Amino acid sequence: MASRFDIRRQTGFTTIAMICFFALYLPIVTLVAYAFNAGNSIAIWEGVSLRWFYQAWNNSQVVDASIRSLQIASVAATIATIVATMAALATTRTKPYPGLGFKYAFINQPLMVPEIVTAVALLIFFSRIKIWTDYSGLGYLMAAHTAFCIPFAYLPIRARLENMDLSLEIAAADLYATPWKAFRRVTFPLLWPGILAGLMLAFVISLDDVVITEFVKSGGQDTLPTYMLGQFRRVITPEINAISTVFLLISILIVTVFFFISRKKDQE
Amino acid sequence: MASAEEVAKDAERREIRDRWLLSAPALIIIFLAATGPLLIVVIYSFLTPGPYGDVVWKFSTDGWLSVLMQRDIFDDTLAFADAHLSIFWRSAKLSFLTTIFTLLFGFPTAYFIATRPARQRNIWLFLITIPFWTNLLIRTFAIQEVIRNEGIVNTVLIKLGIISQPIQMMFTDFALMVGMTYVYLPLMVLPLYASMEKIDFRLVEAGYDLYANRFQVLRRVIIPLVKPGIVAGSILVFIPALGAYVTPRVLGGSKNMMLGNLIELQFGQGRNWPLGSALSLSLMAIVMVALLLYVRSVGRRGGAHG
Repeated sequence: MASRFDIRRQTGFTTIAMICFFALYLPIVTLVAYAFNAGNSIAIWEGVSLRWFYQAWNNSQVVDASIRSLQIASVAATIATIVATMAALATTRTKPYPGLGFKYAFINQPLMVPEIVTAVALLIFFSRIKIWTDYSGLGYLMAAHTAFCIPFAYLPIRARLENMDLSLEIAAADLYATPWKAFRRVTFPLLWPGILAGLMLAFVISLDDVVITEFVKSGGQDTLPTYMLGQFRRVITPEINAISTVFLLISILIVTVFFFISRKKDQE
Repeated sequence: MASAEEVAKDAERREIRDRWLLSAPALIIIFLAATGPLLIVVIYSFLTPGPYGDVVWKFSTDGWLSVLMQRDIFDDTLAFADAHLSIFWRSAKLSFLTTIFTLLFGFPTAYFIATRPARQRNIWLFLITIPFWTNLLIRTFAIQEVIRNEGIVNTVLIKLGIISQPIQMMFTDFALMVGMTYVYLPLMVLPLYASMEKIDFRLVEAGYDLYANRFQVLRRVIIPLVKPGIVAGSILVFIPALGAYVTPRVLGGSKNMMLGNLIELQFGQGRNWPLGSALSLSLMAIVMVALLLYVRSVGRRGGAHG
């Protein structure tokens, strides 16, 4: 009796799940397919070609925006990961102390406020500083990205730390290791997968950002997403599909690595 | 004895100080480039708009007043700002509907993944994770290609002879609804899955032993067990949906604005930074209320178990 009656089954759930997976991927697959269209349309198929990839590659605006995106994401993700690692070390593996709850709330604050509100706040704040200092470089975007990347970098690092006990570090200290040496030789190698996961998460988050960048950027500082957003107002050619496809590929690659790092951690 | 105690206390104090120093860079960066500027928005919402954007340093409550009211340009009387009210209403309605739809589709999907054998589960989960982390703009663009006049849906329907003219879906509330449900679905599935993974199926079995049918088991056993996931997922979808900017800009056009676009308008063509600031703070206030309700519901549950 028990073998015939599956207690886990719920009528129609599998069908709905299949519809969801289909619906999630159909638009993405279409988008990628039309990147290879030989014609000018993103709806009428005229054969396979790589011309739109060539065109995007030779479009200096696209190349500049891509380079800018990568620059900002590298700087923001690196700084965010370093300070998030320090913050994670300071907020885990301890009994509660005054200010601990405050720190959690503060570090996660960028996640609580709608992005558009942060964007507006930064627009106001930075426009003042631009007037005062006359500086209008990429520094503003890097600072803004670093701030909202911190909570994303912090999460996996903190999760990893919480699964590590202090006994190895205590043993290192017993063997006369200085705190720095103990960190470098014991804590860091154990923590490394968490830091790497945090770094990649922060990188993807920075690379994907549209709203804050759109409000903070000065003239001529388009990143790839804001450049694409600007293009939607014009006639759309498969060039946008080609750019999206490359962008998707990079994201998927990073997410895949991240996914397997964090899965492995669970199985240990 | 007393001195030993003091030494221990001293060490503890030093440790707390070190922990503050260690977390200081993160806290300072977030204060400078996220939290601090929010306080400036509060000040700006009480100033007077400048002629070319920015503000004039003169106190005024007009920014806040114009969130809901408008002054008649002829006789200076106040009336409700219908345009703003309708945008508030559309944002609230669409965010609520998005939450409901993502829940209706996300719940069975998460349940499906959670009831797969352990090895398969990771693959299905991975398939949800990919759209979760891919660019929102690209996903919005992808859904636009499906529902536009020359898109797949219309093309297929015309080829099948069901319709002769393409159905205009772009730039309607329907497009926004479909787009936001599509974009936010993974945000609902992941927290739902996290709580479904922990379901003790012996409880489900007990339900069947007590002559419950499948629907009763779902309603009386499974849903109560995964309620934390339902609440978390709903919050995770509702909050970004309410502040959505990209999706309504691409799919809704200028006629079907949401709050995010109304806010942007004040900093662009509208040249009314105080109103934009007041609108941003109103949005934040709504989000804070939603978060507070969430925290309270979590707290109550914790209390009931303890």
